[in-house]
Amino acid sequence: MGHGPAVKLGKDNASGYKTKLGVSMFIAYTIVYAIFVAINATNPKLMQNIIFGQTAAVVWGFGLIGFALVLAVIYNHLCTQAENKMNDE
Amino acid sequence: MVYTQSPIAIGLFFTFVIFVLGLSFYLARRTSSAEGYYAAGGNIHWFTNGVAFAGDYLSAASFLGICGMIATAGYDGWMYSIGYLAGWIVALFLVAEPMKRLGKYTFTDALDSKFNSKAIQLAAAISTLLVSVFYLIPQMVGAGVLVQPLLGLPHWVGVCIVGVVVTIIVATAGMASTTYVQFFKGALLLIMSTVVVIAVLMRGLTTAPENNGAAYHDFKTMQATAALELSEPGYTVVAGLDSEFGKAGFVKLSKAGEESIWQLNQTASGYTLEETLYMTKMADGTKKFNGAAKEEGKFFPVGHIKQLKVDGQEVAATGAVGPFAYLSALKDSTIVLWGKKYIQEGDATHTIYYQKPTPGSRVLRPGLKFKVDNATGLQKFNFISLMLALFCGTAALPHILIRYYTVPSQAAARKSTIVAIAAIGFFYVLTLFLGMGAMTNGVINLTDNNMSAPLLALSFGVVLFAVISSLAFATVLGTVSGLIVAASGAVAHDIMDNFLGMKMSDAGKVRAGKISAIVVGCIAIYLGIVFEGMNVSFLVGWAFAVAASANLPAILMLLFWKKTTAKGIAASVLVGLISSLGLILISPDMWVRYGLLPGDAPIQFNSPALISIPASFLALVIVSMMTQKDVPVDATETAGA
Repeated sequence: MGHGPAVKLGKDNASGYKTKLGVSMFIAYTIVYAIFVAINATNPKLMQNIIFGQTAAVVWGFGLIGFALVLAVIYNHLCTQAENKMNDE
Repeated sequence: MVYTQSPIAIGLFFTFVIFVLGLSFYLARRTSSAEGYYAAGGNIHWFTNGVAFAGDYLSAASFLGICGMIATAGYDGWMYSIGYLAGWIVALFLVAEPMKRLGKYTFTDALDSKFNSKAIQLAAAISTLLVSVFYLIPQMVGAGVLVQPLLGLPHWVGVCIVGVVVTIIVATAGMASTTYVQFFKGALLLIMSTVVVIAVLMRGLTTAPENNGAAYHDFKTMQATAALELSEPGYTVVAGLDSEFGKAGFVKLSKAGEESIWQLNQTASGYTLEETLYMTKMADGTKKFNGAAKEEGKFFPVGHIKQLKVDGQEVAATGAVGPFAYLSALKDSTIVLWGKKYIQEGDATHTIYYQKPTPGSRVLRPGLKFKVDNATGLQKFNFISLMLALFCGTAALPHILIRYYTVPSQAAARKSTIVAIAAIGFFYVLTLFLGMGAMTNGVINLTDNNMSAPLLALSFGVVLFAVISSLAFATVLGTVSGLIVAASGAVAHDIMDNFLGMKMSDAGKVRAGKISAIVVGCIAIYLGIVFEGMNVSFLVGWAFAVAASANLPAILMLLFWKKTTAKGIAASVLVGLISSLGLILISPDMWVRYGLLPGDAPIQFNSPALISIPASFLALVIVSMMTQKDVPVDATETAGA
């Protein structure tokens, strides 16, 4: 059958660690996103409150975008560290 | 609104087209193998791939649609940005590396990696084709819409130009040329959107916006007694309080033979009348704008601040401000939004756009478009379901997933996703300023808010408009290229090569891919022409809902549940596909499109994800449990690996 990667990939000993890390970070972000959606669905007026000089909705929006980027950078750092350590052994 | 063609815009557009075509022919020499054609040889640098992800993902729906929605509905439009960006988290943490490890050319490859199942090959190929076509139609229609103000050519010409150019791009060098077109488009989109936002912030906020040197239309008000005796001389009442207009809160007046419609606001001594904009559609389909032909330019662009406040003080203008000060001033001010009402008068249908002064803090929180304030259970369900579809859809779009095959390693797949998150996240931050800029700079065309971002650029001069308009066209080119690669891969690789078992040489696979790309390109041109005039942006929503329901449960369960079987995956894809499409087809939004009353629809929600995604998961679990004897020996390598 015509499957498998288009280029040859080496064995990745860090794969298990990265999967667990990814799932943990996914759960963390999903919880924050779910809280954001839940507030909007149940009590949207809360989003009109002022925090740091902006509406809470704007703060949440920037927060969710920023949080995604921060988690992504941390994830990459930890994955790269694990790959360097576990694949060199 | 009446647009005038800019030679600069035309020149820039054709420069971009000639550049990408030249690039495609240059890269064609590298794509003689199937790996080269379908996966760009798997050696694209992760940074290039990350920006190309942004170029692929940020379609006309993102650039034009979201900015337009923010311009007219405030924060609710930005909710799409937030949801779309959140979807990349699913892609990064759960999907990126496994997709790279399991797949070869198409999304189906990854699903079928451990099974070699005809059922998976067919179901996933159908899902890929459907999702890609739903995505293609609005892009092609958008190309036709853009070509009118940009080049002064009819709709079908715009569709044909995009269709032919994209088909050449894909048919010459496949994923290689597509990648570089998307890279350049993504980079240009980010740079030029930043330039417009900086211009918006440098201009600041004002209660009297100027549009490329032209003063904002002065919307008149007048007083009237309870018996409708008007304070302004020369006006006579044509349709008063007892007419259909009066019942809807409007009156129709006439002055020197020119008719106008005014909104009634009750006061202690009578009424205050506010000028409206209106579009009249006659029985024969002809349209008038504020009682005149479109070319007369009486249907003014809108969007202004009624009361501008900075630090509690009312001011006429802020001057240049920083991004947070800009949002803070908007929050404290009163912004004029525009409501819409329909009135039937004999054979004519009037669409009346009237002013709705709204506190900025209300504009900058959800609820103007989505029904979340004092919402019923079903309305809340609908909102949550939409946000779920946005969250789950990104990581299941076939034209996005195939980009993981163009990089050399799993680490590169991960890094390119992070570049995509940074680029797309930054762009979505810009959309808030682009949309709010359009809302307050007198540039919105109320009959078509999709042009809000290019028209905002026009308010700074024709050069910026030319750049942004030609970029919008390039946006369509980049996204359509990716979609045609995905769709042609589904036909040539999944169906012809794998499902039908046609034994093709490497060169034959490339030839099949190119012929499929030409056929899909022709179909895209045809669909783009026949759907002219229809607001088809809802099809992007369909694509997200269908992809999230049909594809994501199968991908996730393949990766994380070792009891997953081939029949379970095929069942999951088909149940997700059928349930999401079925629910959409009987939704209130579709009932309106059938010419029926939305209240008569069998279901009272529009977004199916909250039902169809769990149904897809359930189908996979049940069918897999019933077919455990089919579990491959090495399934554990995939699940939890």
